[in-house]
Amino acid sequence: MLRSLFGRGKNGSEEKEAPNEAPKQSAFQRLKNALSKTRQAFTQQVGAILQVGRAIDEKVYEELEEALICADAGVETTLYLMDRLRKTAKETPLREASQLLPALKAEIAEILGAAEHVNPSGGSPYVILAVGVNGVGKTTTIGKLAARYTSQGMSATLAAGDTFRAAAAEQLEIWSGRAGAAFIRQQEGADPASVVYDAIHSARARKSDVLIIDTAGRQHTRVNLMQELEKIARVAGRELDGAPHETLLVLDATTGQNAIQQGKRFLEAVPVTGAALTKLDGSAKGGVAVAVKREVGIPIKLIGVGEGIDDLRDFEPSEFVDALFEQEA
Amino acid sequence: MFESLSEKLQSAFDQLRGRGRLTERQIKDVLRELRMAMLEADVNYRVTRDFIDKVQRRALESESLKSLTPDQQTLTIVKEELTALMGETAEPIQVPETGQLTVLMTGLNGAGKTTACAKLALRLKNEGHTPIMAACDVYRPAAIDQLQKLGSQIDVPVFTLERATPEKIAQECMRVVQKESYSAAIIDTAGRMQTNEELMDELVAVKKAAQPTETFLVADATVGQEAVSVAEAFDERLDLTGVILSKIDGDARGGAAISIRAVTGTPIKFFSSGERLDAFEEFHPDRIASRILGRGDMQTLMEKAEAVIDEEKAKDLESRILAQQGLTFNDFLDQLSHIQKMGSLEQVLGMIPGFDKMKSLGFQPDERQLKRVEAIVLSMTPEERNNHRLLDASRKRRIAKGSGSSVQQINQLVQQLSQMNRAMKQLTGGAAPRKRRTKKRIIRHNFPFK
Repeated sequence: MLRSLFGRGKNGSEEKEAPNEAPKQSAFQRLKNALSKTRQAFTQQVGAILQVGRAIDEKVYEELEEALICADAGVETTLYLMDRLRKTAKETPLREASQLLPALKAEIAEILGAAEHVNPSGGSPYVILAVGVNGVGKTTTIGKLAARYTSQGMSATLAAGDTFRAAAAEQLEIWSGRAGAAFIRQQEGADPASVVYDAIHSARARKSDVLIIDTAGRQHTRVNLMQELEKIARVAGRELDGAPHETLLVLDATTGQNAIQQGKRFLEAVPVTGAALTKLDGSAKGGVAVAVKREVGIPIKLIGVGEGIDDLRDFEPSEFVDALFEQEA
Repeated sequence: MFESLSEKLQSAFDQLRGRGRLTERQIKDVLRELRMAMLEADVNYRVTRDFIDKVQRRALESESLKSLTPDQQTLTIVKEELTALMGETAEPIQVPETGQLTVLMTGLNGAGKTTACAKLALRLKNEGHTPIMAACDVYRPAAIDQLQKLGSQIDVPVFTLERATPEKIAQECMRVVQKESYSAAIIDTAGRMQTNEELMDELVAVKKAAQPTETFLVADATVGQEAVSVAEAFDERLDLTGVILSKIDGDARGGAAISIRAVTGTPIKFFSSGERLDAFEEFHPDRIASRILGRGDMQTLMEKAEAVIDEEKAKDLESRILAQQGLTFNDFLDQLSHIQKMGSLEQVLGMIPGFDKMKSLGFQPDERQLKRVEAIVLSMTPEERNNHRLLDASRKRRIAKGSGSSVQQINQLVQQLSQMNRAMKQLTGGAAPRKRRTKKRIIRHNFPFK
């Protein structure tokens, strides 16, 4: 069903979105589909480990540990989960491996916490700043987010704060056309903070409801680039009280443990309020969502499950956990 | 990259240091930490398990327990196994007998394919090829623009067609290659998930049209446990001949890199770091193993230095030093350009053993400082550059204004130059026979920063 969304034009130099011909499915169904690869590998593995009738022994924990680490849940988080499971098993007490499944789900759900969403209200405009390392899908995420808001009847402005990468502004401009959003840019190589200054004043003058600022991908280890990001956020706050209202760290679901480092460093530079986890439609397990929430404290707010313009979804922790462990019928 | 893996390994090995004898238990403890470090570095779970088993067997069976320097012995085993895991020797790009090179670049979205294309093109061009790039990413908005902009930066033509399939573009590009006799074609493709069959089919069609001599997977160094299934899927459909590891300038621990080679057998051929288009290196497993184990990579550093230093100028410099003529600001400028040609300061310093430790103590190389020095020297007149004694207060004020610095900074620089000259004089004072050593010293002491 996802393939129908990929209806890619064979002619033309732009990304093409085919109309969604498949019947609308529930968000849960779609997430399940998107995670199907994940589920096949991960669920089968977990299913095999936590068989009905198998006694709980050290081997069970070892195998579970392997499954979680292979899902990119991270060494520290995995060890924590194992500790918790051992404790629960001892205290309850649990005897059978299959009884560990609900306990594991509950522990992961607890780490993920309650759902938190990006909710632009007030702010005039409500400023969203997208940050992240190179190639995680910032520009695409912004395009989809803008399309979501304009389809809800809000007016949106996009600002090309990536003045570094060749043709980054052009890419965003195409997205703004698609989403029907206003677009602000300067020449390549301009100071991104000055783009932000322009954008805020322009979005105000237009009375845009939402202003979404793109930034250049930057390795979190580059001190000067992180300082540049600090400046961007500072200028936004100076020009508009409370801005940026939302700072989204865009993370690639195929990223491994480095996502934790990314989270920590970006959080040091700017007040990250949430993360968008992209590219969950590959075979990535997305276990990194759990690690990032637990070890950095950044809640996942959005997930990208496909390439279509409406494939950016709100993150629902309970659905995520269910989809992760959904058993084959 | 690799730094934090290297840190963890070293702290594990530090526990062994200086012990006369090792018990089985001690070795096992260290290997447990090694296992955690590898898993945290995103090395594939199975690869890690096999690796640890192998090292443990070797360490316990043989050498280490009886050795007089058990820490060194264990370290050697780890290094050997690590090198074996990453594929022993470097595998350079294969130029077929016809001399006609065609490279197909593939990978997930956002892996850095387009940038890697330009970097590879620049490298081939510097090696004497006449490359052309084909822009087959018809999906991502402005992807073709991006390749065209990069192409014009490095002066390499970019071929593309409006409203054509990637297959068609590749086909036509190959025709152009034939007709206009380019010696290398690099084909950029759109990023795709390996699970998307339709797009994978398309890639197979592009491959068929282009008949590449090399098919590369561009893999992001930060990829997690997924690395292996991604590489396997691409390899199964496309018969990969190599991997380009991208974005190694972050603090990714590079475990993915290690795993891809170990599981698919596809060698890593290059790695690509940072935005500079010349930041593209051949992958040498042994040198990387050495870097991971915190022993630096002097070999690459020497090669880089040799590549940028002009033999004639070096001789001229040497003879002037021996004649005790003293260095000038022109020499400063030369040195600066050498360093900058070798890569970013951080990369260059990263190859020096022990730099990891300095960095963990908070030392941050500052590229801007080099720029500042350069600006100051460039604000001098040719006479002033040749003879710093001309610099009086009024000239210094002018230079400060011109370079946006202060008179103090200029004084500092002049002082550095005089100090260097004094040091040279002491070194060369009548000691002409020690020629070779002198030369080495020059290179080391001449860095215009403290």
